Parts: sequence; C-alpha cells; structure tokens
Amino acid sequence: MYPEYMQESIKKVESTRPDRLELARKLGKMIYPGMNEQEREVVLNDNHPDYKADARREVKVGPDKGMILTTEIADMLETYSRIDIDNFDLSKADIETDVLIIGAGSAGMSAAIVASEKGADVLLATKLRLGDSNSMMAQGGIQAADQADDSPAIHYLDVIGGGHFDNKPELVKALVNDAPLSIKWLEDMGVMFDKDDTGNMKVKAGGGTSRNRMHSARDYTGAAICKVIRDEVYNRKDKIKYLEYTAIVELLLNDKKEVSGAVMYHLENKQFSIVKAKSVIVATGGFGRLHIRGFETSNHYGATADGIAFAYRAGAHLLYMDSVQYHPTGAIFPEQIVGFLCTEKIRGIGAQPVNKDGELFVYPLEPRDVEASAFIRECNAGRGISTPSGLKGIWLDTPLIDQINGEGTIEKELPAMLRQYQRFGIDIREVPMLVYPTLHYQNGGIDINDKCETNIPGLYVAGEATGGVHGRNRLMGNSQLDIIVFGKRAGIYAAERAQSIEDAGNMTLDHVISYNEEVAELGIERNKVSPVILPDYIPDHVKAKQLINEYNGTLI
Amino acid sequence: MSDAQKMVKVYVMGEAYMVPEGSTIIGAFEYAGFQLKRGVGCREGFCGACATVYREKGDYKMKGGLGCQTVVTDEMYIAQIPFVPADKPTYKMEEITPDAGTFMNLYPSVFRCVSCNTCTKACPQDIQVMDYIQAIIRGDIAEAASLSFDCIRCGLCALRCPAEIVQFNAAILAQRLYGKYIAPQSKELEARVNEIIEGKYEKELNDLVGMAKQELIDKYYSREIKIS
Repeated sequence: MYPEYMQESIKKVESTRPDRLELARKLGKMIYPGMNEQEREVVLNDNHPDYKADARREVKVGPDKGMILTTEIADMLETYSRIDIDNFDLSKADIETDVLIIGAGSAGMSAAIVASEKGADVLLATKLRLGDSNSMMAQGGIQAADQADDSPAIHYLDVIGGGHFDNKPELVKALVNDAPLSIKWLEDMGVMFDKDDTGNMKVKAGGGTSRNRMHSARDYTGAAICKVIRDEVYNRKDKIKYLEYTAIVELLLNDKKEVSGAVMYHLENKQFSIVKAKSVIVATGGFGRLHIRGFETSNHYGATADGIAFAYRAGAHLLYMDSVQYHPTGAIFPEQIVGFLCTEKIRGIGAQPVNKDGELFVYPLEPRDVEASAFIRECNAGRGISTPSGLKGIWLDTPLIDQINGEGTIEKELPAMLRQYQRFGIDIREVPMLVYPTLHYQNGGIDINDKCETNIPGLYVAGEATGGVHGRNRLMGNSQLDIIVFGKRAGIYAAERAQSIEDAGNMTLDHVISYNEEVAELGIERNKVSPVILPDYIPDHVKAKQLINEYNGTLI
Repeated sequence: MSDAQKMVKVYVMGEAYMVPEGSTIIGAFEYAGFQLKRGVGCREGFCGACATVYREKGDYKMKGGLGCQTVVTDEMYIAQIPFVPADKPTYKMEEITPDAGTFMNLYPSVFRCVSCNTCTKACPQDIQVMDYIQAIIRGDIAEAASLSFDCIRCGLCALRCPAEIVQFNAAILAQRLYGKYIAPQSKELEARVNEIIEGKYEKELNDLVGMAKQELIDKYYSREIKIS
C-alpha cells in the first residue's frame, strides 16, 4: 500500500492517463520521441553512474596495476588477505581432488557435471548452498539461434553489436556456436522449456536481438534451469563431492606459478582448510552486493565478486572491470523489495514511465543505459517521488497495460510481478509501480580464452566472473546462455588438464605475501581484507557495540 | 531511515528487539545485529533459502513464510530454519520412466498422502501442493509437473506434512520426467544441433571472428531485423 502522502502524485498520474492511453492507441510505442545520438551522449555523460568522475580509478596494486577499474573494485582489490600467512601451515592438504570448482550457480554446477563425466574427481565448494546464485533468479530467458530463419552467425552479430564491438571475438563465437548445443543439453536433462504442441520452442524477441531467439520457462527461466542442474549434481554424489557454507579465500600456486589448490574457510565452524587440486574453476558470479555507487541491486546475497579478489591476487588479468550494467526498472518501493527487478517486458507491453506530475519524459524503450540515465535525470531535477526511507523513483504506469491490451493481460503475462506486489498490498492493475535503476550485472571480469583458460596455468573461469563475452553491454538472455556454454567448456578443459598431469606440485602463498606488501606500501589499514564473502547490513549504531566492528565488509 | 521511523517489537528466537516498522523478517534479524549465513539467499523470493515459521501477537498458530517476503508485525515471534534434512534419492534419468511406478520406487511416501491439504496451506508460493501429489499418485506426471512448476524448494510443505512426504523433491522429479519424456522434443533444435556438429557454420563464424571492426559495424547496422 502506498503511503497517504503519495496519493496526490498518484492522482496526477491518473488524471493524465486517459490522454496517454489515447496517445498509445494512436502511436503505439512511439509515445515520446526517441533520443538521437547526441542526446543520448548528453544524458549518459550527465547521469549514468559509470560516467561520473569518481566512478572509475586506477588500481594501484596487482597484475593490472594502472588499469582503470570501477572504484569499488579498485577499493576491494587494494586490501590484504584474510589469512595470517606467518602462522599458516601449508605442508599438508586436507583434501585432494582433480578439479576444484568454486561457486555453485549454473556455471559451476554445469562444470561439475561435465568434468565428472570426463572421469575427473570433482570437489564443488560454495559459500552458501548449491544453487544459491544469480542464475536462480533470472526471469526472462536464454538465447539460442535454433529457429529456421536464424543462425549462429546472426546471433554473433547481435551479441557483438550489443556489446559496442568490444567483445572478445573468440568468446562470442563459442557463445553462439554452443548455444543450441546447450539448450539441447538442458532439454535432455528435463528442463521444461515453453514449447508449442509439436515440441518447437516458443521464442520471443529481446532488446537488441534481430530474431525471435529468447527461450523461456514461464517467468522462472533461471530457476527452471538451475533446479534441474542441481538435481543432477545431487544424483552424481558418488562423483561430485560438494561443500556448502565453504568460501574460498585464496588460491595456492606451485613453484612454476601454476594453480595447485586453494584455501577454504567454513563460515560456521570458522576453520580454514587446504584443498590440493590439479585444476581450479572460478565460477563465483558477479558483484551486485558490493552496491557500486551506493545502488540497490537485483543480485543474490552472495554476489560479492570473491573470485575477482583471489584470482587477481594470484596474478589473473582482468577485462572491462570498469563497466557496470544498471537495469532501468528496479523496485524502489515497498522497502522490502527495493532493488527487485521489474522486467523489461512491463514496458514492452505498454507501461509508461512518468514523473511525479504524471508527465511522460522519455521514450519507454531506449537502450538500458540510456533509459536508466533518463530516470536518474528526472529524479535529480526534482520530478521524482520520494519514498519514506528517502529514496527517489519515478512511476511506471502499469494500469495502462490492461487498458491497452485488454483486461487480464497483466495476470496472464506478468504473474510473478503481480504476485510480488500483491504481497505488499499493491495491485499493479490499479496503481503504478515506483521504480529506479538497480545494479544488475558485472559486464567485465577475469580475462579468459575460449577454453576458459586464464594466464595462470590450471586456472579456469566461467560465468559472470569472466570478462569479454559481452563487451561492455550484455543483452538480455545471453547471461543464462553464457553460464551454460562456458560452464561446460570449463568443465571439459579443466578435467582434461587434471588428467594430463601427475601432480599439482607444491602449494605456496608466496604471491599473497608479495601482494600484501604492495598493499602495505600504499598505507592501507591492516583491517581492510578481501574477499568480501557476504555483505553487511547491520546498522552502524548496532555494529559499534559488536566485538569486531571495523572490518571491511563482512564480520565473518 | 527518517527520524519519524516507527519501531515495532519483535522476538528473535525469544529475545525482544525493536526494529523499524515495515521490516521483513530478514531485515529485522539484520537490524538486530545478526549477520545471516543460513536462512538467507536471493532476498527476492526465488530461492527458498529463507523459509521460516513465525507467530503473531495473540495468535496460537505458527505460520510459515519466506523471511525475505514476510513483513514483521508488533510483538511477532520470528525464527530461522537453517536446513531441511529431506530425503533425496539418486537416480539416472535414462533409467527411469514417467509414471507412478517411478515414484513408488523413489518416493514411496507420496502414496501415503492423507489429503489433509496442510502442504498447500504451508506453501508461500500458493502452489496446489496436495493436488500435484495426487496427480503423481494417479500417474499424471504432466499435471504434477505443471502444478508444481513455480516451486522454489523452500521445504515448508515437507516440514508440515503429517505423512512425511518430501513434496518438493518429488516435484523436481516430476518436472524432469515431463521435460525429458512427455513434452515433445524440438525438431528444429535437433536439426540445428546436427548442422553445428557437421560444421555448417564454422567458416561463416570464423570470417566474423577475423573481420575488421568497421566492416563488422557496417554489417551489424545493415542486418535484417525479423522479429514479432
């Protein structure tokens, strides 16, 4: 339910609605002029969080010292290890395995299945539970060029154009080539894709696609996929060992600077342990919970970019870690669902963004970064609506959807969204939604090739933790695809390497010792550590009274 | 929070704390100083990690819900359920069939359903849990898969079931059986997969990989758009 003071603004939205409905009936989606190239540039420069002067800076330590990164990432990387190295015994491994996989979203779990099929011993470690990931939360769909009028080459063009031609070509080729194979792999495991009576996929268009290519499983696409993959991991418990509530805090390197294992930390019994591994796959996901630029996020509780921290410390190179995707429409009210993603489809089927006076101010379907910037501009100009907790947003006028398309459209097309708001006494068929851009996706990550290899022998990366697949802008439906394609590739190549070598070699943390020294030279306080592991939402006045109150990030 | 923030009292596992009105159960825990590890996940209602029970003032009933979606009320008792130790048999999808017999072998408890509907009442997703269990008993796997599709595997159904059925695990099996054996397979997909394996697109893709940026830009902006 909206508070009393918002009613005046809601009334204004209602009063302009008949005219806007008329406009939509007359002009379809073109209810407001689209921006030209110059206007886009201005709105982005003035408002997009990435374009702010302090949004990016040079990182002062590590293998990419001098590279421009998102400020919060540079901050995270200029920190110490969580391990007290002087008193840490590395002489004996607690567990040995062929392949260690870090992170259990759809990328990590796909890698586990494939590596175990190749005959490798697999250890899957995750700091929360199997499947706890952004993979589980995706609603919209997964792209693959499997229709007669489509082809992997057409998909390739869409991906690289959407990414502003910054994408790594070999990765785009892998993505589009393996896309139909991945959908087939999922279909064979029993994922319930939306199909017609003859079995062909019901596909839709997405932002930036030149064909209908979006496969879906109702509006729970990510969950439908992730649940099946997880079930398969459970079924292979004789071949895939897994450890939950087990975070990785450092990688171990041998004298040849190859990966030889990792240091694990159990979140509850607070013990470190050592795993020796011939190959290591990092599938730790993105950084939404670092709340870049103070933004709310659509991401999972565990999205703290842990893999970026320990892989960088071990010498892995980064790519495009200066690029952040903000989705224009995150919920900003009610308080309980701030940051929650309100799918692009809402605007796609007729909802209009309007300001506090009920006025249109932007074409509803600009590219994500442009649309988000226009929302921010409107709020900064004092034409947004304030929430009780001091956040600002603009209205997304949803009642228009049923008025334009006929009663029952919202119920049929947006059931999850309708249910979500009904839980808080808001009927989006009757009243608009209050939205603001939300931190959605880590466009960059660790630099890999099309075998998921990094510059460190034995270290593989898959999923959102990688950089280069999507350039500086990912299209809808290509992340669900990327985690399957590169998860599987990482599993294959990591298993092959593990089977080709006798022994992982010795285990050292020398790289961490020298990294710590670099950090110390900057004069960084000793209590700044990474990986972050979990975000910290305890209020300051409470934390001030707690045993450890000065840690960077988590108390763990 | 604004200065006028109204506070309510909640009992966190028995102990009283004041938290802002409108907090979710998860938010109330955090405001009280708990950094959560178990019993918290996506925080958007998709993952089922935060399923829990609570009791409201003056009510004798313990209700179930998701911690990230349930708003606290004054004098509510809140708790966390760290783990649901449910039975999960293993199986090879290639070796089982989409019928009641499979469930008889793997989840015999399903056939002990007493139709009390407690599972349905416990479900925070409003799924007709008992109906899909009954569908499994009838051997209607398609119906069971469809009815259970929105399950987020929070485990509240199994925790409340007097017949000790593990509904949410039976649900994923029904869905996989439907997806693999009952839903018709996509012929277009299979044809495309075969083309890729035969290398039909290899040259075209390699040409794109090696293409100069400007040529790629021209090609992109002049590409035909065929969407509906």
